[in-house]
Amino acid sequence: MSYVLCPEIPEPGFSFENCKRNALLESKGFTTPKAIKTGTTIVGIVYKDGVILGADTRATEDTTVADKNCEKIHFLAPNMYCCGAGTAADTEMTTQMVAAQLELHKLYTNREARVATANQLLKQYLFSYQGYIGAALILGGVDIEGPHLHMIYPHGSSVDLPYATMGSGSLAAISVFELGWKPEMGEEEGIQLVRNAIAAGIFNDLGSGSNVDVCIIRKGVVDYRRTYDEANKKGVRQGSYKFPRGATAVLSTKVVDVEEVSVTPVEAERMDVAAF
Amino acid sequence: MPPVNTDFMPQDGSNDWRDAAHSTGTSIMASEFDGGVVIGADSRTTTGAYIANRVSDKLTRVTDHIYCCRSGSAADTEAIADIVGYHLNFHGMELGEEPSVEVGAAIFKELCYNYRDSLMAGILVAGWDKKKGGQIYSIPIGGMCVRQEVSIGGSGSSYVYGYMDANYKPKMSKEDCVKFVTNTLALAMSRDGSSGGVIRLGIITEEGIERRVVLGNELPKFYEG
Repeated sequence: MSYVLCPEIPEPGFSFENCKRNALLESKGFTTPKAIKTGTTIVGIVYKDGVILGADTRATEDTTVADKNCEKIHFLAPNMYCCGAGTAADTEMTTQMVAAQLELHKLYTNREARVATANQLLKQYLFSYQGYIGAALILGGVDIEGPHLHMIYPHGSSVDLPYATMGSGSLAAISVFELGWKPEMGEEEGIQLVRNAIAAGIFNDLGSGSNVDVCIIRKGVVDYRRTYDEANKKGVRQGSYKFPRGATAVLSTKVVDVEEVSVTPVEAERMDVAAF
Repeated sequence: MPPVNTDFMPQDGSNDWRDAAHSTGTSIMASEFDGGVVIGADSRTTTGAYIANRVSDKLTRVTDHIYCCRSGSAADTEAIADIVGYHLNFHGMELGEEPSVEVGAAIFKELCYNYRDSLMAGILVAGWDKKKGGQIYSIPIGGMCVRQEVSIGGSGSSYVYGYMDANYKPKMSKEDCVKFVTNTLALAMSRDGSSGGVIRLGIITEEGIERRVVLGNELPKFYEG
């Protein structure tokens, strides 16, 4: 309610009007719709010449698969990419916003942006929203200091690791890394390990599925391999199940004459377009 | 009958890995010795029952001669340490010399006290300066700040207060102090489920910091029943 003397100034303090309304709606059986969350497997490793990021491509909305082939490896800068798990809209908008800030930072400083800068921008942004922006990220890139891999949580904490997994399939994926990761791995060996980690998530976690996306970031060159592997390809039908003509025996035949139907065309009338 | 039983999972999406705050259920410690301070911490970071990181570093640099041991919410303590690091760096430039540990602790306290309702942070600030030598300031959850010769913190600390009181001696040698901190942390880690991994150590003297790691298979052994 406004004041009588100056009606344009609203009542100070919080308004709890909508809380009451929401509680009423909820009691009548209307629950607020939930955002799409990417029940996900995302991973990253540091190898000899850079970093390799990996992701599955399933997006879920409760138990429904909302998108069978979505992109979870987002562009940040020419030397940096970022895998996102959690709320799809949040990971997408957060990475887009930081990508813009990094581009401006590059123009301002005349230098290629560092991975540590991107990490700091992301974690400070997420911290200021106290976990309400549901973005769990794996940030990877190569800069002047060498290859870097950071894992950033929705609440705004981050860690620097040589190998990392996140999302609902992270448990399956980390077991592959704990067994197979070695320092100074070769590129082919590294890509295979990342593929296996994502495949573990796709096969063992209900929230993850479809294809494997891989992004290899070396110094100066990025190799984004969209649909690097289809983890479970649909099998090809080996033979034909068609019955050959005459496979069913004809026991009897009866021919019925169909009644003849006559069609009478009706002349269309002109539409009345006279003005009132 | 569905092929997979998901009854144990909350279906409303509450308290899954996304919502559970990433926190450092921790054992941290700092002790003065003759010539500086020894700081130490375990390396376990948990999200609910899952070990999100088994090689974390909870000893965070603030300046070359001031470090902090973090316990509580990882996001909160990292943010505080970054802000204090910024302020001390600026203060150091204006001052033209290394900031004192006392000032460092005061900035930590100011943030922890003013934002006490929205923070979950228990911090030990430790370091060396030429005015007072090695110092430790304990800043528990409400934002109090008190200087102590020896201090422990985190969920694992409650198991080892007795051991700490029984074994701390003023003016220990460096290696005696390192042994004391290692033993105390090993005992805390063996009794506290949310602490574990390796022991990370830092020895801060006039020369700066010397970092050490005690690996899981090198931890001192005590009664294991």
